[in-house]
Amino acid sequence: MTRTDVQLMLDVKAGDDASFDLLLQKYRSPLVNFLFRMVRDAATAEDLAQEVFLRVYRARKQYSPSAKFTTWLFRIATNLALNSVRDNRHRRMDVSLDAPVEEDEARRELPAREMRIDEHMVERDRAQFIRRAVAALPEKQRVAVLLHKYEEMDYGEIAKILECSESALKSLLFRAYETLRVQLAPLVAQPVAPRAGEGRRS
Amino acid sequence: MKCEDVSNELIAYLDRRANSAERRDVEEHIAVCAGCRTRAEEFRKLWNVLDEVPAIEPSFAFDARLRQRVAAEPRRNWLTWLVPQPRLAFSMAMLIALSVWMAKLPPATPVDAEVGAKQQFEMIKDLGVLENYDVLTKLDALSELTPTLAPPVRPKDSQSQEDDGG
Repeated sequence: MTRTDVQLMLDVKAGDDASFDLLLQKYRSPLVNFLFRMVRDAATAEDLAQEVFLRVYRARKQYSPSAKFTTWLFRIATNLALNSVRDNRHRRMDVSLDAPVEEDEARRELPAREMRIDEHMVERDRAQFIRRAVAALPEKQRVAVLLHKYEEMDYGEIAKILECSESALKSLLFRAYETLRVQLAPLVAQPVAPRAGEGRRS
Repeated sequence: MKCEDVSNELIAYLDRRANSAERRDVEEHIAVCAGCRTRAEEFRKLWNVLDEVPAIEPSFAFDARLRQRVAAEPRRNWLTWLVPQPRLAFSMAMLIALSVWMAKLPPATPVDAEVGAKQQFEMIKDLGVLENYDVLTKLDALSELTPTLAPPVRPKDSQSQEDDGG
């Protein structure tokens, strides 16, 4: 019989490290991808994912199944990712105080609609463009979209992770998708069928 | 239903999580509102666009690195209680050092010991009388007697000498 995440975590609490391995196998990839979409750097995403699992392991003795395991897991991941993004932003701001704006920094910004979209489409591939649009969303909207679109979490769970009401979450999601609809208008107008194995929600 | 009211339910309608009443409300609205109908269609297309972003694979070393870090975590089982903690070990070492130092101190000199013994004797020599309850109560009783009625108290030895002589 397949054990639920909560049962696995309770087994970890009882000292069964093999159950921790099962949780690792199950959530390693979703967690790394969620963090990668948050911080947009694969090495940082892996470091943060390691830290998330390590925190789960360290907290095993205090674990009580008061919420879904994924709610707890992604709340830790969200907090770590947001801290990392903020730290990185401050570091970049410190650097840019005296230094001229680097070319890479300029590229990171989304192009003005209508003006440079086509140029950017030539320079960058679509995935990169989409990643940037998602990364440009305000923090809470970004987390909400990633958990809703890619992790397929229900509204109640996302609301718990973001510590807001379900109604506020629906409003947050609407505003986020509305922004993306506008920013990604050229792609929305010319959608390409997703390749097999890419993305999760159809 | 107005466009603003639909906006909050539109996402739930599109991802099929809206309940039947919400679904009916949205359907009735988009049937008559071209703007919201277009938005709903574009949201669907947007979700397909978001699916174009490929997922990344964690590196091969991810599990091994994590297991290594987990193995390095301190374990709290019965065995750990046998291993002295740094603070406890330091405290024990200090206690032992203090004991050794005190044991090596020179003993008190004989003169000092004699003076000390005399002082102690002075202090305790009257304790036997002062702590004797019977003596205290008898003295208290004697003090209640009037001086005229009370026979003169003489030493026992002189009284026996008078008896022998008389």
